[in-house]
Amino acid sequence: MSEYRLEMKGICKSFPGVKALDHAQLRLRPGTVHALMGENGAGKSTLMKCMFGIYKMDEGELYFEGEKVEIGDPMEALNMGIAMVHQELQPIPARTVGENIFLGRYPMKKALGIIPIVDHKKMYEDTAALLKKVRMDFDPKQMLGELSVSQMQSVEIAKAVSANCKVLILDEPTSSLTQNEVEALFRIVEDLKAEGVSIVYISHKMDEILRISDEVTIMRDGQYVGTWESKELTTDLIITKMVGRELTNLYPKRENVPGEVVFEVEDFSSINPKSFRHASFKLRKGEILGVGGLVGAQRTELMEGLFGIRSHTSGTIKYNGKELKINRPKDAIDQGIAMLTEDRRASGILGVLSVADNISVASLNQYLDYGFCLNNKKVEKLVQDNVEKMNIKTPSSKTQIQSLSGGNQQKVLIGRWLANNPDVLILDEPTRGIDVGAKYEIYCIIAELAKQGKSIIMISSEMAELIGMSDRIMVMCDGRVTGFIDGAEATQENIMELATQFE
Amino acid sequence: MNNKKSIPQRILAYLKGNPIVIILTVVCLIVGFTVDNFFSWGNFNNLASNTAVRFLIALGVSGCLITKGTDLSAGRQVGLAACLAGVLLQRADYSGRMFPNMPEMNMVVVLLIILALGAFVGVLNGVIISKLNVPPFIATLGTQTIVYGIALVFTDAQPIGGFKKAYTQFVNGKILPVGDFPGIPYLLIIAVIFGLLFWFMYNKTTHGKYMYAIGGNEVAAEVSGVNTVRSKILIYMTAGIMYALAGYLLAGKAGGATSALGNGYELEAIAGCTIGGVSTTGGIGTVGGILVGVLVFELLKIVLQFLGVNPYYNYIVQGLVIVISVALDIRKYVKKK
Repeated sequence: MSEYRLEMKGICKSFPGVKALDHAQLRLRPGTVHALMGENGAGKSTLMKCMFGIYKMDEGELYFEGEKVEIGDPMEALNMGIAMVHQELQPIPARTVGENIFLGRYPMKKALGIIPIVDHKKMYEDTAALLKKVRMDFDPKQMLGELSVSQMQSVEIAKAVSANCKVLILDEPTSSLTQNEVEALFRIVEDLKAEGVSIVYISHKMDEILRISDEVTIMRDGQYVGTWESKELTTDLIITKMVGRELTNLYPKRENVPGEVVFEVEDFSSINPKSFRHASFKLRKGEILGVGGLVGAQRTELMEGLFGIRSHTSGTIKYNGKELKINRPKDAIDQGIAMLTEDRRASGILGVLSVADNISVASLNQYLDYGFCLNNKKVEKLVQDNVEKMNIKTPSSKTQIQSLSGGNQQKVLIGRWLANNPDVLILDEPTRGIDVGAKYEIYCIIAELAKQGKSIIMISSEMAELIGMSDRIMVMCDGRVTGFIDGAEATQENIMELATQFE
Repeated sequence: MNNKKSIPQRILAYLKGNPIVIILTVVCLIVGFTVDNFFSWGNFNNLASNTAVRFLIALGVSGCLITKGTDLSAGRQVGLAACLAGVLLQRADYSGRMFPNMPEMNMVVVLLIILALGAFVGVLNGVIISKLNVPPFIATLGTQTIVYGIALVFTDAQPIGGFKKAYTQFVNGKILPVGDFPGIPYLLIIAVIFGLLFWFMYNKTTHGKYMYAIGGNEVAAEVSGVNTVRSKILIYMTAGIMYALAGYLLAGKAGGATSALGNGYELEAIAGCTIGGVSTTGGIGTVGGILVGVLVFELLKIVLQFLGVNPYYNYIVQGLVIVISVALDIRKYVKKK
């Protein structure tokens, strides 16, 4: 028996135009948590998909418990004892927890001795046992759609555990969890580790990695950089190895000077009593107002309410002293407000359309000849200006936006809004799921916009980003604005204090 | 960034991406050289006229498909428009006139009335879909049935004939006859004009761009300031107008109409669009592609007819062509493993 549970050697994988993996490797020891790190696009998810049989690798070898194996599809991987909890969960909300866990391998029994039917009793009993194992205590017959994201994730893990897995891949498991939920997840991970399961843990969150993992493998541009023991590493070391250069400045120097108040929100409440209520705040010209809070603090909901995506019952929005009526995004856009939404894929990009179409869709009226005929040259100029200004990497303006990396997609979306020359920009998690290098570029863009006198509201769940970028931070908890902190005085502690002021 | 290809290279690339076009061209050549009269002006006229009307209907439904919707009421709307046009354009001296005391009407006025009716039904579809949020499949299934019912009540299920000569002559008219060449059918010219209009609308207007945006991601489009409700109502209205136009032309072309006319045309139109590369998952589709799709279908019908195949087999072959061509086409979009 080999020292390693699983070994991947010299893995290469190309997609049209991109070499996603270039002799990547990974070695997993039994009973350890192995962190896999790298910028977005470094090939972590691709490597995992190769291991799990979703992708076929072009070159390379895979050894499982010392034996060379080939994994053709996820079913084979599962049978071998490799399980994966995907970055985006893919549950079936309208079926029960039990059915989701045993989907595709329902326990069967024979009715009348011959007709095979699903053994529901056994399925729900097994589910209850599994849920207990992952320290969850909800009803196996509950509809999955009624659970929270973290509970759904536990179900996914239970599903993996039920397959008696020896290798468990967790792809960004904590990206949408609250701190308590993260703790619960870590307890499950510790339990599994004690049982001898090898866990691959993919995450961007340094503190989590350093806390939970035993070993860290770092990848860059599809290549293997190295493997280290976690205790040898620090956040700075990891970042340096990930980007391949020293990052001296995580945040750009800001030269914006907040001026007079331009945007005022008063007593703003949602039609949903559980969502945001009685929110009031002011925004100055050229100011970056950070918005902090835990997941579920209704920050996104408040901003989407202001932008007309969600409905409100009461409250006023004043802009340059004038009261605005906003019922739909168009109303807000016409007043010079822009909003970069949180979920790029769900409400940002027009996936199958070109970069040019994506960047011009909110400002088409500017490129018309005679008031009705689109001038493609003007659109092309807009694209080229943005490509240069923001360093957008795209093969051409006709490329489908869905084939770009997350950071480049985000820059296109920022370009979409800047084309309208808005005065107030609401940015909801502008750097979520974006690699370190592109993050810095986006910070620079934000800082530059503020310097030009634009007022910026930036929701962020990353404390460091919030503290590093904001002139002022508004903190929310459970639908209410619980306080404001000056950017210079902000610390993780005083933000956390306001973020946890539950009633 | 500049990857300009020569024209032969482009044609080659196009054919490579559209195997169904090659197959059909080869079939046509074989049939043309083995069967008499396939390459004849009469057959050309027949093909052009049939394709023209089907193309108008397909253009109408394409906007619905590109925005991830559909329009099952297309065929029945064609039928209702044909019946109404027929009734309003019967000769004053025709004995079976539905409204014997009605004065004869000008055919342009009637056309406008018909188009207004189409627009009305289309707006109704659009409102049900975008305001009441009924899924397009169900919404238009409902209106399909209602429209058919209206046509039945209105005509009492009786065939309508005895049209004014000016009407049938115009629809079957041709322009520029030279020698053996009998002239270009007006229907073909109308189809070309609307093809260009739609090309312009889809590529050069904000409405067209918004349509593709809605198909690409409706939520994102709304967030970007697109009035999706208005856009969708406009799209279904335009579709209704196209069906009405097609109905008006079809009744005149056939010299008669019944409430059964147009039955199944929506499926042919949707099939034509899909064969032509309009994606049912939204956001993708071109006027050129739609033309090719409709042409494939109509050519196929004529080829089968010339080969003397029992017409009952047509449906089987057409069904196979839909499945095979879309299966081939979709390979371009399916993510490569």
